[in-house]
Amino acid sequence: MVAATVFFYLFSVLAVASAVMVITARNPVHSVLFLILCFFNAAGLFILMGAEFLAMILVVVYVGAVAVLFLFVVMMLDVDFVKLREGLASYLPVGGVIGLIVLVELALVFGTWTISPEALKATAAPAVAGVTNTEALGQVLYTKYFYYFQAAGLVLLVAMVGAIVLTLRQKEGVKRQSISAQVARTPATAVEIRKVEPGQGI
Amino acid sequence: MSLLQTADAVAALPEILLALLTMALLMFGVFSRRDAYGAVSAGAVIALVLVGLLVLLGDGTQTAFGGSFIVDPFARLMKLLAMAGSAIAIILSGRFLAQNGMARFEYPVIILLATLGMMMMISANDLISLYMGLELQSLALYVVAAINRDDAKSSEAGLKYFVLGALSSGMLLYGSSLIYGFTGSTQFPVIASVLSASGSSLGVIFGLVFILAGLCFKVSAVPFHMWTPDVYEGAPTPVTAFFAAAPKIAAMALFVRVAMGPFAEIVKDWQQILVFVSIASMVLGAFAAIGQSNIKRLLAYSSISHMGYALLGLASGSEEGVRGVIIYMMIYLVTTVGVFACVLAMRRGGRQVEAISDLAGLSRTNKGMAFVFSMLMFSLAGIPPLAGFFGKLFVFLAAVKAGLWLLAIVGVIASVIGAYYYLRIVKAIYFDEPAEAFDAMDGEVKTIAYASGAFALAFVLIAQPLLALAATAAQSLF
Repeated sequence: MVAATVFFYLFSVLAVASAVMVITARNPVHSVLFLILCFFNAAGLFILMGAEFLAMILVVVYVGAVAVLFLFVVMMLDVDFVKLREGLASYLPVGGVIGLIVLVELALVFGTWTISPEALKATAAPAVAGVTNTEALGQVLYTKYFYYFQAAGLVLLVAMVGAIVLTLRQKEGVKRQSISAQVARTPATAVEIRKVEPGQGI
Repeated sequence: MSLLQTADAVAALPEILLALLTMALLMFGVFSRRDAYGAVSAGAVIALVLVGLLVLLGDGTQTAFGGSFIVDPFARLMKLLAMAGSAIAIILSGRFLAQNGMARFEYPVIILLATLGMMMMISANDLISLYMGLELQSLALYVVAAINRDDAKSSEAGLKYFVLGALSSGMLLYGSSLIYGFTGSTQFPVIASVLSASGSSLGVIFGLVFILAGLCFKVSAVPFHMWTPDVYEGAPTPVTAFFAAAPKIAAMALFVRVAMGPFAEIVKDWQQILVFVSIASMVLGAFAAIGQSNIKRLLAYSSISHMGYALLGLASGSEEGVRGVIIYMMIYLVTTVGVFACVLAMRRGGRQVEAISDLAGLSRTNKGMAFVFSMLMFSLAGIPPLAGFFGKLFVFLAAVKAGLWLLAIVGVIASVIGAYYYLRIVKAIYFDEPAEAFDAMDGEVKTIAYASGAFALAFVLIAQPLLALAATAAQSLF
């Protein structure tokens, strides 16, 4: 129990700290790396709650795909971040006031919010004993929701075909790898032996 | 528990077959060494015909996948219409795309995937399957809108459609989550029984409004119509023909299913929304089309007002009203396809022209096309004894029987105003000084245009079986 509490505070402090670094870091590449750290800590929090499937998805999808995509975008686009920050001082008063109002409103709403214990119980799906949640998801995904699963697969197929149709261009003069042609090369076709006279060059 | 139960597989066999055939065509296109556009297009049409036959073989009402998928006579009829729309769109696209450098084999594949999404929408019996079908269809439509990727207008159409479509999907999802929260289920029959037991609450009405807003966007009804003219104008003409036909059928079927399924018990709550949407669509469609000079934009406004008429039938909330909607969509599909075939034939020196003034004096340069075009315009305007008149007649009758007098009167007035811009085209064709002649019509375009014109003319003769078909389909929803 103590270990769980220690890890909870470790993960949440690191998550908040890295989230702050994401928006304060001067170098955008560092921002993305801190974002990845933040995702990892959030995944740790999910594991503490017993939601290991969400933790895996967070790492696989957000770190594996989204954050890497961010990294590509940051590296490929020429965005001048110093210039973006230039107007900060002039926007700060108005932005600060709006932020304060939103904060007060949120405090008012959540200060008077009461949640009945029954409602909390009613929202949670009953946990199946002896089955990890990955297993439980898999059991309904491929049986009860088989139709939706297949339909989702078809939607992804359309997305893939569509992306290729709309963006792939066959350029002239691009040298492509042709394995059969490369393997079929023999010394006779690939090597040419020339007699070079001394002092003449080819 | 095995993954796929036999009963589920049988009920969803057309969808499963279409998915497999689509993927087979995709693989063929990817691995074939030559340009596979023609072969894949032909394969796609054959696939649609095969699946259509399979749909025809079905009988009675079945549900599958734990009640999230339903097949009934209504679903079967609407699926057949949607598939016919898609098949004709692929046929119309054939030569046009090849001539304009857009012939990529992915195009028919994406149309097939959109059709699959439509079939899933039409068979949706659950909020999740509704959303999955809708997204599959919409995502495919965004791609085909931008298929002419080197053209700024086509890219703009795709992007605009995508951004606004994503917004409407968001609204639909928000509404769905509210409905789920306030009724405790995503399944249509369960929602219906909860609502009939406890009536509607504020939360349910809130959710209902958002769901209806999302659906109105998909059928392009006012006030969610703003994307329509730009997308219709920007997309390549055969793609516009596709947009105007098949997805409209599917979205309208979904609209009917949602209104008559889970929310049948709270007709009074959605009726007032539909009355407003219907009046606004009819009136805006009629007035905004008057000032248009581009034929595709004009047809966009025309389709907005036609969706208003179809929703007028639904607003009456009766079996007769639904029958009216089905007949209306049937006639709308056939006439729209014919009109777009004529628009596709508006080519001079191999280049597409789109202005209404380009049609001037068509009667003296191409008598057949002029006649067909005029007949289709008369039909769209709702002039008896052409097909369009009967479509309007049945929805107006249903509205009057449901006591929606105001709605019916506004509808008649709007259709008189709308007749002006349809007749303006007929006037340009027959009475204006002839412009340069168009290129000769392609064979398949000609066939489709003439067949559609014949349908509009001879609807009175074939009306009886079609009416019976629509009546059976409508009956299965009640």
